[in-house]
Amino acid sequence: MLHTINKSPFGNNSFETSTRFFQPGDPVLFIEDGVYAVQANNKFSGTLAKVQKNNPVYVLGPDLNARGIGNIAEGVTSIDYEGFVELVEEHQVNSWL
Amino acid sequence: MDIGILVKEGPYNHQASDTAYKFAKAAMKKGHRIDAVFFYNDGVNNASKDMDPPQDDRHIGNRWVELCQKDKIPMMVCIAAAKRRGIVDDVLIDCGEITGLGNFTDIAIRNDRLMIFGD
Amino acid sequence: MEDDEIVKKIMHVMRKAPHGTIYTYEGLEMILIMAAYDQDISVAFIDDGVYALKKDQDTEGLEIKGFSKTFKALDGYDVENLYVDQVSLEERGLIEDDLLVDVEVLSSAEIGKIMTEQDVVVHH
Repeated sequence: MLHTINKSPFGNNSFETSTRFFQPGDPVLFIEDGVYAVQANNKFSGTLAKVQKNNPVYVLGPDLNARGIGNIAEGVTSIDYEGFVELVEEHQVNSWL
Repeated sequence: MDIGILVKEGPYNHQASDTAYKFAKAAMKKGHRIDAVFFYNDGVNNASKDMDPPQDDRHIGNRWVELCQKDKIPMMVCIAAAKRRGIVDDVLIDCGEITGLGNFTDIAIRNDRLMIFGD
Repeated sequence: MEDDEIVKKIMHVMRKAPHGTIYTYEGLEMILIMAAYDQDISVAFIDDGVYALKKDQDTEGLEIKGFSKTFKALDGYDVENLYVDQVSLEERGLIEDDLLVDVEVLSSAEIGKIMTEQDVVVHH
């Protein structure tokens, strides 16, 4: 199951909460304000690293660019909308609104 | 693949409408079929024909009309959510249709995926 | 009629507090409609969503329609699987007895496993 997170982790607990529910192997995609979670060396880098042990992590590139975030955590894959569609082809979707 | 889309936030106020549109375009480009777009919660405001954004900005209402007219995707507006917010037939974008949550249930059931965009 | 034979697993996730925003109420309206369609419907209460089930809600002073008791009626619509995230409950200093309806209190991992079995998950 693909999990999408669209909230900044600094203003909303979507990211931190959702991690408790991820199953091993579930891909995680950060979109919209969610992309702030993957900026390198922030308060949530440790949480993100823990997630990455069991789950592939993706971020929507156009949302990163819009927000001026260039320095993303190692191992996070930046994808475009086409890549988003490809993840949806492979998985049912759980959007953590 | 057949995909239904649910939009739960209003245009401009939230990025949900933009992400939904970009996703729909990308999905169609890859050969998937968008079965319907359903507007719920403040998302019903997407169906207002009176949107008039500054010229240098995208026109979200026209995007939905384009998807409907060009790509034949029904634009459905939840009647209960719409009535609360004053979205009635008179203010509806071309080819928007006010309908019930039963239709949304059908969308959720008959498609391979339901994509949800909101807050 | 052929559509009636498809039974999908649909989970609704309540994650926001009631009354401050309309999401819980309109979410509940959606659940009630869907319940008429003979699908396999469940509802999970996570984060502030657990407050939707708090006993003793009285919205009279707000002139907002009280809907907490409607959760009690879900059973009558064959929506029997109500899951509450144990961590969310404990974080808020609540216990099962504070809730107005019978639920299954589960760990996040248990609810996560049920989530992955769903065809559709709708967060409200």
